[in-house]
Amino acid sequence: MQYDVAVIGAGVCGAMITREMSKLDLKVILLEKCNDVAMGTSKANSAIVHAGFDAEPGTLKAKLNVQGASLMAYYCNKLHVPYKNIGSLVVAYSWDDMKTLDELFERGFANGVPNMDIISQERLREMEPYISEEAVGALWAPTAGIVSPYELTIACVENAVLNGARVRRNSGVFDIEYKDGLFSLSTASGVVKAKYVINCAGVFADQIAKMIGDTSFRIIPRKGEYYLLDKSEQKMVSHVLFHCPSKMGKGILVTPTVHGNVLMGPTAIDLDFDSKLDLDTTIEGLNIVKEDVKTVIPALSTRNCITSFAGLRAHIDSEHADFLIAPSKANEHFINVAGIESPGLTAAPAIARYVANIFKEIAPQYPRKEQFRTDRPAPIHVNELTDEERRTLVEKDKRYGRIICRCEGVTEGEIIDAIKAPCGARDVDGVKRRTRAGMGRCQGGFCGSKVVEILARELGEDMNQITKFGNESRILYNRTK
Amino acid sequence: MQKYDLVVIGGGPAGMAAALKAKECGVKKIIILERAATLGGILEQCIHAGFGLHYFGEELTGPEYAHRFIEQVEQTDIEVKVDTMVLEIRNGNIVVATNAVDGMLELHATAIILAMGCRERPRGALDIPGSRASGIMTAGTAQKYVNIDGYMPGKKIVILGSGDIGLIMARRMTLEGAKVEMVCELMPFSGGLQRNIVQCLEDMGIPLKLSCTVIQTHGIERLEGVTIANVDENRRPIPGTEQYVECDTLLLSVGLIPENELTRMAGIIIDPVTNGAVVDENRQTSRPGIFACGNVLQVHDLVDYVTAESQIAGEGAAAYIRNKPKGRNRYVSVKGRDGVRYVVPQNINENTDKDVKLYFRVADVFRNARIIVESDGKVLYNKKKPKLAPGEMEYVVIKADDIRALEKKELVVRLEVQQ
Repeated sequence: MQYDVAVIGAGVCGAMITREMSKLDLKVILLEKCNDVAMGTSKANSAIVHAGFDAEPGTLKAKLNVQGASLMAYYCNKLHVPYKNIGSLVVAYSWDDMKTLDELFERGFANGVPNMDIISQERLREMEPYISEEAVGALWAPTAGIVSPYELTIACVENAVLNGARVRRNSGVFDIEYKDGLFSLSTASGVVKAKYVINCAGVFADQIAKMIGDTSFRIIPRKGEYYLLDKSEQKMVSHVLFHCPSKMGKGILVTPTVHGNVLMGPTAIDLDFDSKLDLDTTIEGLNIVKEDVKTVIPALSTRNCITSFAGLRAHIDSEHADFLIAPSKANEHFINVAGIESPGLTAAPAIARYVANIFKEIAPQYPRKEQFRTDRPAPIHVNELTDEERRTLVEKDKRYGRIICRCEGVTEGEIIDAIKAPCGARDVDGVKRRTRAGMGRCQGGFCGSKVVEILARELGEDMNQITKFGNESRILYNRTK
Repeated sequence: MQKYDLVVIGGGPAGMAAALKAKECGVKKIIILERAATLGGILEQCIHAGFGLHYFGEELTGPEYAHRFIEQVEQTDIEVKVDTMVLEIRNGNIVVATNAVDGMLELHATAIILAMGCRERPRGALDIPGSRASGIMTAGTAQKYVNIDGYMPGKKIVILGSGDIGLIMARRMTLEGAKVEMVCELMPFSGGLQRNIVQCLEDMGIPLKLSCTVIQTHGIERLEGVTIANVDENRRPIPGTEQYVECDTLLLSVGLIPENELTRMAGIIIDPVTNGAVVDENRQTSRPGIFACGNVLQVHDLVDYVTAESQIAGEGAAAYIRNKPKGRNRYVSVKGRDGVRYVVPQNINENTDKDVKLYFRVADVFRNARIIVESDGKVLYNKKKPKLAPGEMEYVVIKADDIRALEKKELVVRLEVQQ
C-alpha cells in the first residue's frame, strides 16, 4: 500500500500531526512500534500544561509553548480529554529565589504569557494551605494547567482514524530506502511506501533520521522518575507547584492530576545513547523525589503512594537544545520533529500546526478535505454521570451496571468501548489508560484478571495470549494440570 | 426507594454470618449486596483445606466453608443481590449501589453492616525500584488465575512476603509444577501462621529467607529476575548482600488492607493501626446503626474468627433495629500497650451485660510473655503464654461484671516480658 505521508511514532506529537494531516486530501499512515499508541514519553511525563515562562525568548520552545497552552482547552474540549486549567506556582524559598521569579516573569512577558503575577507569602498560603513554612512567595501563572497526556494522544489518534488516517501498531521502522521520490519503510509488519515522512520517534528520532543519512543530531534519553499518590492526598495540593528552575530543567514538581491523584517528580538523569529502553525506577531517583517534596509540602507522605514510574525525555545533545522541527537536510521530504522534551506536551497542538505549515510549503499539491470531523465521540465514564444519567444508561445497556474495577468504578461497558474504539485497546495497560481500570489503589489486584478475561473474549483470543503491553509481556502461561 | 431493616454490604463469610445471625435474632427484611458473581467472597478461590477447625470442629476447604453458609442463607428469606457494587452510603443510611439488572439502586436501611473484606497491598505501595515488566502480581491475583481461571501465571517464582496467601501459593504453584525459588520476608519473623510455614514451605522444600527483601526487578517486557538483599534491624538493605535471582514471576504477599473506602466516605472514625473502623463490643462504628465485621474491620488469619466476630455484629445490629436507641453511648475505652499493637473492640459500653472478648495482635515474637489486662492499676487478667507472634490473633475474655465495676473508664491490654 502506498501512502502520501507516513508519520513515525504515535506519541502525542505523532498523533497530533497525523490528525493535522487527516485534514488534507491525502493518504496518511501512523506507524508505531509498540502494541498501543502513547507508549513512550507521552505516557510517562508530568502531565502539565506549562504557561510558557521557562524557555528562552525567541526559541521554538517559547513560541510553541505559549501557543500550545492557549490551544489546549479547545483541543481537550473537542476531543473529550480531561484537562483542568488550575494554574501554576513557582515557589520561592529565599530572596535569591524571588529574584529568579522576577527573571521568570520578564521571560514570560517576553514570551507572551498572559496574566502572570508575583504573589506574597500570605496569598500563597491561602492558595496552598499545606505549603512549606519556608516559602516566601511565588510566581502565579493562571494559564497553566494539567491534562491527561495519554488520553490526549489516544483521542487524537481516534479522531484522525475517523477522518481516514490509518494506524499500524507493532510496526517499528528498522530501515528506510529512498528511490524515485518514494520512501520504502521496512517495518516489523512489512514494507510501507510513502512520499513524505514525518519523524516523531521521540527518544529514537535520531536513529530514524540516521536511516536516511541524517546524522545532524543525537537524542539523549533523560530519565525522570515519579511517584503517584492515592486520591486520599488530593487536598494537599491544588495547583502545579514548581521549584525555582535549574540547568537540568524545571526541577521536581508536585501537582494534582486530572483524575484527582497527586503526582510528584521528575528527577533528571542523562542516560547513555543506547539506554533508550531503560525505564527502571531506582532507589536513588525515588529518594530524591521523596526528599525534595518534603521541602515543598512537608506533610505530603509517600506512604500513600500507589505507584512509581520513570519516563524518558528526548533531549537533543547540545548546549541550548531547542525543538528541532524542520525538513531534514538529507532529504527535504523527510521532516524531523525531534528533541520534543518539556514543554513538548503543552506545545504539541502548536507543533502539529507548525508542521502542517512546513508540509504545505514542501507539498502544496494537497488541498484541504471538504469534510473534516473536529471531534470524537465522548467516551462514557460512568462514575462521572449523575444517578439519573447512570440509570438511563444501564437501562439501555446492562454492561454499564457491572463494575469491574472497584477502585475507580469502571464498568464492563466502558472496557468493551475501549477495546472496540477506533485504534482500541489490545492489552491490559491499554484498557487501563483508556478507562482507568487498574489505575486505582489496588493497582489491578482485583480487576486485572477480569480485564484479561474481557480482552480475551472481545478479541477472540485465549486468556494466555493477552499481554500487559504487547510483545513478550504475556501475563499467563500454560493451563493448570 | 426500597426499605430494609438491614443492608449487609459484602457476601463473604463475614456478611453471610452477620446476616444469618441477624435473621436468627428476628430481623425481618435483610438484603446482602455482593460485588462478585457469587456469595462466598475470597473463600471461593481458597481451595486448600484448613478452614473451620475452630467453628465446625472439622477441616474444610474455603469453598466448603463458604457453602455451609450459602446453603443456610438460601434457606432463609434473606435477599441476595450479586454482581452489585455499593457506591456510597448517604446520610440517613441510604445505600446507593449499581448492577446490571437494576441499574441504580437506592436502599434505605435502619441498620447497615459493613463486610467488604480487604485487599492486598500492591507493588506500588512497596516502592520496589526497577522495571514495569509483566509477571509481578499479588499472591491473591495469582491464586485466582490458578484456582478459578485455570492458568499458570509463571514457571519460576520468587515470593516476597510470608503472609498466609503467599505461603499457600508457594505450595499451590509447586504442586502445579512451577519452581518456587524462595520466599523472602523483610521482617525477622513470618507474618503467616506457623502451620502454613510447616505445611507450605518446609514440607515442600522451599527456603524462607528472613530479614531479606527484593530491592530491584529486572526485565523489560516479562520479568527476568529480581535482586534480593538482606536487611539490617532498621529494615534497610545491607550493601554487599545483593544477590540476583532468575525468575519470571514475583508474587507479593506483603500485607492486607481493609477496604474502607465506603466507611471513610460515610465519615466513620477509622483506627489508624487496624485501618478498620473504631467499634464497640457490638461492632457498632462511630455512626449509630452502622456496624462492621470481618476483614474490613481488622485483618484476621482464621475465617473461624471472622464468623464469630460477624455474629456479634449481626446480633448487635438486630438489637439496634429492635430498640432504636437514642442518645450517646458511654464507653470504656480499650487500648493496647507494651507490645500489643491494637485491640478490637476499641470501646465497650460501660453497662454491658455480656462478657467481652478482646481480640488483639502483638508487634513482635514474644516467648513466655504475660498478657495483662488492667484498669487504673487494677489487674483483671494475667496469664502467661509460651509464644505470641504477630501472625496469630489472640484474645482474652473480660467479664461483664468486671467491666461494669470499673471506676476509670479505661482498659489496657499489655504484655509483660520475662527477662
